[in-house]
Amino acid sequence: MGSISLKNVSKVFGEHKVIPNIDLEIEEGEFVVFVGPSGCGKSTLLRLIAGLEDVSGGQILINGRDATELPPAKRGLSMVFQSYALYPHMSVRGNIAFPLKMAGMDKAAANKKVEDAARVLNLTDYLDRKPRQLSGGQRQRVAIGRAIVREPDAFLFDEPLSNLDVALRVNMRLEISELHQQLKTTMIYVTHDQVEAMTMADKIVVLNRGNIEQVGSPLDLYRAPDNLFVAGFIGSPKMNLIEGAEAKKYDAATIGIRPEHVAISRDSGTWHGKVEVAEHLGSDTFIHVRVDGLGLMTARTDGDVAAKPGTDVYLTPDDSRLHRFGSDGKAMR
Amino acid sequence: MARTVSNRRKWTFTIIAWVIALLIFFPILWTFLTSFKTEGDAVAVPPHFIFFHWTTENYSEIWSRSNYLLYFWNSVVISIGSTLIGLAISIPAAWAMAFSPTKHTKDVLMWMLSTKMLPAVGVLVPIYLIFKNTGLLDTRTGLVIVMTMINLPIIVWMLFTYFKEIPNDILEAARMDGATLGKELIYILTPMAIPGIASTLLLNIILAWNEAFWTLNLTAANAGPLTAFIASYSAPEGLFYAKLSAASTMAIAPILIMGWFSQKQLVRGLTFGAVK
Repeated sequence: MGSISLKNVSKVFGEHKVIPNIDLEIEEGEFVVFVGPSGCGKSTLLRLIAGLEDVSGGQILINGRDATELPPAKRGLSMVFQSYALYPHMSVRGNIAFPLKMAGMDKAAANKKVEDAARVLNLTDYLDRKPRQLSGGQRQRVAIGRAIVREPDAFLFDEPLSNLDVALRVNMRLEISELHQQLKTTMIYVTHDQVEAMTMADKIVVLNRGNIEQVGSPLDLYRAPDNLFVAGFIGSPKMNLIEGAEAKKYDAATIGIRPEHVAISRDSGTWHGKVEVAEHLGSDTFIHVRVDGLGLMTARTDGDVAAKPGTDVYLTPDDSRLHRFGSDGKAMR
Repeated sequence: MARTVSNRRKWTFTIIAWVIALLIFFPILWTFLTSFKTEGDAVAVPPHFIFFHWTTENYSEIWSRSNYLLYFWNSVVISIGSTLIGLAISIPAAWAMAFSPTKHTKDVLMWMLSTKMLPAVGVLVPIYLIFKNTGLLDTRTGLVIVMTMINLPIIVWMLFTYFKEIPNDILEAARMDGATLGKELIYILTPMAIPGIASTLLLNIILAWNEAFWTLNLTAANAGPLTAFIASYSAPEGLFYAKLSAASTMAIAPILIMGWFSQKQLVRGLTFGAVK
């Protein structure tokens, strides 16, 4: 079990409409990522599902049951917070066992569950330590342990990796994905990092100003963004967006082309420009070119390509991969 | 790069710190020394610092003349009683203000604090009359009520500051983990706030113990605490500095000892939240 559906859900803080109106279906066992820039309402949406905020309008159904008015504890959901939110006065064992204690489970059974969870999360040696004696990654594992022992219908993750350093973040990303494959439980994951969204999600929900801009699989969103916002938000480096006369040639208000779909040449091509910066990542090189009359554009090339700043180059878009957008910002297909 | 402090500077600051500390401590030290002098030595000019005839006669005389234990007991009842009642009222109040604040929470806090700025003498007459009419004059109950009300703003402020430091995420995590409000209070909030509650308790016991204005004006022989005990040696028979000093030493000794042993907790309590 673990399907969640939002029907006309809205949230108003004072005069401010954080979430105007959202409809969303989350299927059982899905890994759904809410992604968007800061202040887009993604965390608020998660908190509404969790029951930590009351909805201003609409309905939240969990497993088909109306959960709109239920307190957080009765919704059958577990949450992992950005700050870990561990209980500092309790040991790791105490932290993981807390939800079981609240559920009235007897000590022996709870202990067994705690030890099983600790084994899965490599925390067995730390069970008697206090959270302050653990590293960031270990703390996050404890928070996940506390969430999994309850065997919830769904997990909610609120930017769980933002406090970790890059290397650890990549590791934890894999661990959470593996955990999802193991448990097959519904997971809703909030992040502002589109790389996390792309790598982990079955389904991405792109949010902007409290509205859903697009819902789809990572590759659907990448290949066929519904609008300019999604086109600009998903993908790193960003899609090149061109307006004006050049877009008119394609009967569009704006055209977009991803950096890997732009060919770069020294001799000939569609757009002429000068190399401004070349970022060498080893496997790839991102070449930022100041194109005459169009501004800065990025081309993604092989890691071995060398390009000195100031060099004259030509860029040629792959027309079959070109995205066209109308004056309302929506994709024209 | 760490700032290097030259040795000379370090010494200068150390000496200044010691001088200031001694200046602050000097009145207590002088009182203590005077309590072991004869009345003659106590008023000698120039004053004798250490080389005088040491005597414990002041203490034995005070012990035989006054009922020290009654005053002491009154001080204990008034300071601890008022602090405990104050905490019982303030904990829920501070909790509500810290965790479900409204637009006007800050105003309420400021208003509470503003009552501390009112000169106490301004309300002496009405309170005296109320106490007289209700039979609370010179009773421990009356003093406990007054002390509770006087220190309530400080208790609420201190606890509010403490509770504000408890991250909301942790409380929300407890709610997600299935804790009801009662269990959230028992298992999460209270254990996390215990250092704060303890230092508030200690500070308020000290404040109530040392309070002199209300205790002198509202008590006489029955409910007078140690501040009244000191005062009883100051006036009617002329100035007997040595005895007054002995009485003062006996009055402040218990709270000084308590403060000494709990200073770590007190400093932590008073500086809590100042540095993250």
